[in-house]
Amino acid sequence: MKMTISSGSNLEKILKSGRHAVTAELGPPKHSSPDNIIRHTNTLRGYVDAANITDCQSAVVRMSSISAALHIMNNGIEPVIQITCRDRNRIAIQSDLLGAYSLGLKNVLCLSGDHQVFGNHPTAKNVYDIDSIQLIQLTRRMRDEKLFFSGEPIKEHEPKFFIGAVANPFADPFEYQVDRLEKKINAGAEFIQTQCIYDLERFARFMDTCVERGLHERAYILAGVTPLRGPRAAKFMQTCVPGITVPEEIVQRLAKAADPKVEGVIICTEQIKYIKENIKGLSGFHIMAISWEEVVPEIIKGAGICPCP
Amino acid sequence: MIIAEQKPLGEIAELIEDSKKILLLGCGSCVTVCLTGGEKESEILASALRIIRRLAGRPVEIKTHTVTRQCDPEFIDNLQDMVKDVDTIVSMACGVGPQYLAERYSDKYVIPAMNTRFVGGSKQQGVWEEQCGLCGDCTIHLTGGICPVTRCPKSVLNGPCGGAQNGKCEINKELDCAWHLIYNRLAKQGRLDQLKKVAPPKDWSKSRDGGPRRMTREDI
Repeated sequence: MKMTISSGSNLEKILKSGRHAVTAELGPPKHSSPDNIIRHTNTLRGYVDAANITDCQSAVVRMSSISAALHIMNNGIEPVIQITCRDRNRIAIQSDLLGAYSLGLKNVLCLSGDHQVFGNHPTAKNVYDIDSIQLIQLTRRMRDEKLFFSGEPIKEHEPKFFIGAVANPFADPFEYQVDRLEKKINAGAEFIQTQCIYDLERFARFMDTCVERGLHERAYILAGVTPLRGPRAAKFMQTCVPGITVPEEIVQRLAKAADPKVEGVIICTEQIKYIKENIKGLSGFHIMAISWEEVVPEIIKGAGICPCP
Repeated sequence: MIIAEQKPLGEIAELIEDSKKILLLGCGSCVTVCLTGGEKESEILASALRIIRRLAGRPVEIKTHTVTRQCDPEFIDNLQDMVKDVDTIVSMACGVGPQYLAERYSDKYVIPAMNTRFVGGSKQQGVWEEQCGLCGDCTIHLTGGICPVTRCPKSVLNGPCGGAQNGKCEINKELDCAWHLIYNRLAKQGRLDQLKKVAPPKDWSKSRDGGPRRMTREDI
């Protein structure tokens, strides 16, 4: 992989230095106070290399990713802004990329976005002017070719983001998921964060194919994990969240646990350790503790992946 | 064809609340084929509206007629005799019909009795499904003859997105994932390599965002 640093992002420096990275996910609030995200930032500081800031996840209106990211950056964690194609056309997206970079934000994760039927405005009109792969191309073109998506030159101060994408080893058709990841890398994605992994056997098969094709040498792949608070959360993930599979044995283990929350942390820690020891081709972990951010340091320490010296 | 369905009867009755003499005009084209706005449906709607008004103690006079198609001026030009003594025209065509009628008979109150739904085809008896999004730049030869613009709720051109499972779309477990269908179709044709190419962004100016579209045949 090229060692030139294209963005000035710390996450990029860490990954390019060969060290494994740890990232977490923070969901902005459904109000205009930054207090909660700042509190979560304080909890995570020192434990993660960067934190993703979701873009109205589940199509629920929340503080914008870019504004929340600024609060997080000002409190000592490097943000990864998430940008979905659901709410903005190519004009708005490029405008936001210019604005985000002007604020000092350096990492971007490109996604399609959850469909609006899942959120609190199901009668909204979606945009999807471009899709996630075209969004990767757009961001890359602005940085490397100094061009707007239309081909018009950006005369100066082009935004230089470190560009990420997501992969879902658990979506169907399974055989196509590695192809699609390769397509994202071909489009310009430099780091990949996967959907939450519970089915370790399927993830291992996915990564084996990635390694066979050398994709782990063309992009940094971070394994996504999410601790489950209890059997109900597990069942919800299993049945209601698109693109996630949760093996029944995990649901049962949480159901039988004396303290499901403790068990949830143990399971997540075990998953990280298992992946670290048995699955090749990874460059780190992405911990998505949705509305349970306070547990992240414990998981990181327990799994022995603390980035702090 | 264009698939349109009748507005709820109560809504149409409200729209003609103040009308006294009505011409209810069916269309012999798409809406006849999808059994919602042809001759038979016009007669049924007219009868229903007459009954509603009679029961309300305010009878209304409704004439019915069905033209070959309402989207061609030549078929609506010669309705003067029928139109001249009515105050309201109710169109049972897609959204084109009431616009043409309102332009041709601009002193009349024209009411759309239909909601125009989509461009599609019949799937089985009594079931129609959207197939074409009128994007103005067809590329379904690249996707196994399946339109992702219309059949994927996110119109993803490089799909499937991460939400598809067991061949079904994330928004509805009854809905086939268009990209799963595309994958299977291309696999069957031995053309899966097609999916490795990044599909370029769409030129939406050829679609709804370009203002009203126009086609001119210089040779005619």
